[in-house]
Amino acid sequence: MSQVVVLVGTRKGLFILQSEDRRSWRTRGPFCESWPVYHAIYDDSSGTIYVAAGSEWHGAAVWRSSDLGETWDWSGEGLKYAEGEFPVTKVSSLTAAHGRVLAGVSAPGIFESTDGGVTWSHLSSLEGQPAQEKFKDPKNSPPGNLGLIATLPHPDDDQRFFANVQGYGVWETEDGGSSWTPRNQGFRADWPLEDPAWGYCVHKLLRSPADADRLFTMTHVGAYVSSDGGNSYTEITEGLPSDFGFAAAVHPHDRDTAYMIPLDPQHGRYMHDGQVAVWTTKDAGSSWQKLTKGLPGDGAYLGVLREGMSMDSLDEPGVYFGTSTGQLFGSADSGGSWSEIATYLPGITSVEAVVVD
Amino acid sequence: MNIHIPSTLTPLFPGLTRHIDVDACTVGEALERLDERYPGLRDRLCEPGKLRPHIHVYVDKERAELETPLRENARLDVIAAISGG
Repeated sequence: MSQVVVLVGTRKGLFILQSEDRRSWRTRGPFCESWPVYHAIYDDSSGTIYVAAGSEWHGAAVWRSSDLGETWDWSGEGLKYAEGEFPVTKVSSLTAAHGRVLAGVSAPGIFESTDGGVTWSHLSSLEGQPAQEKFKDPKNSPPGNLGLIATLPHPDDDQRFFANVQGYGVWETEDGGSSWTPRNQGFRADWPLEDPAWGYCVHKLLRSPADADRLFTMTHVGAYVSSDGGNSYTEITEGLPSDFGFAAAVHPHDRDTAYMIPLDPQHGRYMHDGQVAVWTTKDAGSSWQKLTKGLPGDGAYLGVLREGMSMDSLDEPGVYFGTSTGQLFGSADSGGSWSEIATYLPGITSVEAVVVD
Repeated sequence: MNIHIPSTLTPLFPGLTRHIDVDACTVGEALERLDERYPGLRDRLCEPGKLRPHIHVYVDKERAELETPLRENARLDVIAAISGG
């Protein structure tokens, strides 16, 4: 019987929630020795959970489990630069596709594993790109020093994928990481740019599972959609309460449906007006609907981080998001109604929902 | 000489205990000996070429670095220093 598994990365380890009906949930954890977790994914092809982590004491590592968290192993072998280069302090992001796992790290770079996370080797730090001369130094990184905050594979081409560098923007390779092209056309910046090709703050980059050419982004200044595989973007902020947010999710079956959580763009960085709300578009950003049924309001000042929202892939997909103060919310009806799944977890950094047979 | 290991490290390496005897002339050498017995352990305590920022090492109660020499029967304490809540 299939079940929905939600991987919840927190500042104090990974938690795993499981449900067969999306109403009653079993919670296990904390795993990964309560290391700070920045991202957790499930590799459907191997049935392996991979967890991106960084300990203030013991450095960067990727934890893994091939039995849904019953047993764990970890590795940092190869997850480092040479002596004299900037140190890797954390693994910020993970993707698994085409038989390999890609890890984005600070200082910004991509490491790959082709043996299921046992060993790692440096793939690219976007060498040769003018921006790299600046972003390779952690002192030029935005707060958090996340570095390479995301890779985004192409479903049909193992040589082609995006890299998103915190505070600098998105690049694409079509040759497995040997060369890169900036892919930031259409994004706004509210700050001076050294070069209009880069310098954008793309908080979250998503590709529709239903159409590889359809992408959505939530950025520091605006929500955007692409219809040409990320070569260009059109702003779709109108209708949202602000142009700032971190978390977003795309519908597993409908290319035009996405979910975003706009936040106060100032110091607060919580949802607007003390009302927890998810906003959805069903027409690729032409219009937005506010979803609040079952979510707390009247004094609920909660924030959600960049990896904090995800959808499962059931026919009527579920939507899940976790807050930086440890609440996990879920909807089993595409956001029509919500309930609180967990209340007292550590601060949540990432949410990944998958269906496991 | 005797090395005292922080409790945060032992869950990462099956069989690793809090107290280990090794033969070494410097702190760096002592960590190399540990790494031979528990592959990967040195990287949990060191960045390339130096100790990690929140790993403090003391030789006979004096703050030490990788190059610090060790006398026979020295005590080496490896401390995971406080780094936030």
